[in-house]
Amino acid sequence: MITVERLTRKYGAFTAVDDISFVCQPGRVTGFLGPNGAGKTTTMRVMVGLTPATAGSVTIGGHHYHDIPNPGRHVGVLLDASAQHGGRTGREVLELGALSMGLPKTRVDEMLEMVSLTQAEAKRRIRNYSLGMKQRLGIAHALLGDPSVLILDEPANGLDPAGIRWMRGLLKGYAERGGTVLLSSHLLHEVEQIADEMILIGNGRIVAQGDKKSLLANAATGGVHSFATSLDNEALAAALTAKGVTVTSAGDGLRVDAETVEVGRTALEAGVVLTDLRNGEGGLEDLFLELTAETQRETVA
Amino acid sequence: MTAATIDLSGTTPTPFSRLVRVELRKSYDTRAGFWLLGAIGVLVLLAEIIAVWVTAVQDEPMEFGDFIGTAAFLTSFLLPVLGIMVMTTEWTQRTAMVTFALEPRRSLVIVAKMLVGVLLTLATVAFSIAVGFVANVVYGLLQGHTDWTFGWPDFAAFLITQVLAMLGGFALAALFLNTAAAIVVFFAYKWLLPGLFFLGSTLMDWFADIAPWIDFQSAQTAIWDWSSSGEDWAQLVVSGILWLGLPLGFGLWRVLRAEVK
Repeated sequence: MITVERLTRKYGAFTAVDDISFVCQPGRVTGFLGPNGAGKTTTMRVMVGLTPATAGSVTIGGHHYHDIPNPGRHVGVLLDASAQHGGRTGREVLELGALSMGLPKTRVDEMLEMVSLTQAEAKRRIRNYSLGMKQRLGIAHALLGDPSVLILDEPANGLDPAGIRWMRGLLKGYAERGGTVLLSSHLLHEVEQIADEMILIGNGRIVAQGDKKSLLANAATGGVHSFATSLDNEALAAALTAKGVTVTSAGDGLRVDAETVEVGRTALEAGVVLTDLRNGEGGLEDLFLELTAETQRETVA
Repeated sequence: MTAATIDLSGTTPTPFSRLVRVELRKSYDTRAGFWLLGAIGVLVLLAEIIAVWVTAVQDEPMEFGDFIGTAAFLTSFLLPVLGIMVMTTEWTQRTAMVTFALEPRRSLVIVAKMLVGVLLTLATVAFSIAVGFVANVVYGLLQGHTDWTFGWPDFAAFLITQVLAMLGGFALAALFLNTAAAIVVFFAYKWLLPGLFFLGSTLMDWFADIAPWIDFQSAQTAIWDWSSSGEDWAQLVVSGILWLGLPLGFGLWRVLRAEVK
């Protein structure tokens, strides 16, 4: 479990992290989501003691990071996959990690296999690695000490779609076995797919947190809409309008300013056969952009 | 694993010896580190070959100590670079992030690095003496006479001055955390400063009085001479604090507090 309490980090007059509090529960993957420069990395760096906090504190499993002996055995950390000596081989990086954590060398091969780096790739120097390979190596390094908590900064960055799917399986499995995972991303769909819980940060402040459902439920009701297609769109539109719901036509179907459950119920009452019914695309994305709008570099038109 | 609190009772802190082993391995597991160590060995070897060849051809008298001196002259330039590299690569390659995440007791890591510098210096000294020994034997075979003059005091002085040379580089590296800056400043200290000290002492009387107290390089002759003057040793300590103690202390203070990027 990671507990962040009233954490603040200032750089002179600039406040990178502004009085944030949240908890990452064991058995769950927590996604840390926000635009570039929102304070995700700073928060994670404070967690592992690389950046001192200006105020507030972070505990991991009830301890300050500095007080955890041989921390690699309890907390797996990947902050920057590129922060490795380019002249070292991938295998050497893992062997150094194993040596300093006091692990047998066999652990290195296990980890290489787990992240699908071949023996030949492991013998190559890191300066010849792609970003995706560096990420895999970084994840292997984080998992080396069989920790119960994982802190990963932008781990999906540079991974191909197959790699992202692989990581999703890996982290879900890890959480299901009781591990705590915190991973950051600036890409909503990455986090949406992997995380059970989401923390949205913008401008150093937490703007929303919760699971996907509660985040959407808390969003402004005006934003909720669904798309419906039926065998008799006119009849469905009439039935919905009669209930006071705004309906507009969209392509072959209808755009309805109501939740899917409401549309389904109305269709049942009106005896109209639905052929397609789904949530308005980008509901979470709209929410994300809306919540972090002030901190976006590009404003959404 | 599901407990909210992590049980630390089964984990012991990383022993210092393991930190030293990790840091030692880091000093030679990259191409740059490996070739720096290799270059020290090769250059010592080449210098001794040339020394034997030239002195034998010109029929100059050589003793064991002279061969050691040849090596010492060379390694006094190379060991500081080693001391610098041991320290700065963590920052230039940004691996300090990984190192300090695995061992948050940063001062122990720095001390381990310093010890690695000392260990590699000892290895260099041992290698230089071995090569000097062979060189002296070869010289003897060529010239028909050998002189084994090289006493324990010389050996000790060789060892101490080489360790101090390495630490000089290490201290500047700790101060700058940047390879290029540390090397430039070190060689300015090594080459430019003696000239400036000489000039200053010649031109200004008051400077001539304080120069021995701030000139760490000249002060080290006390070690070679095994000086019996207490003042010589006091000057070594004072100038040593200035050139080793201060940069190292300030550098360490910064490393312990700084954000690791």
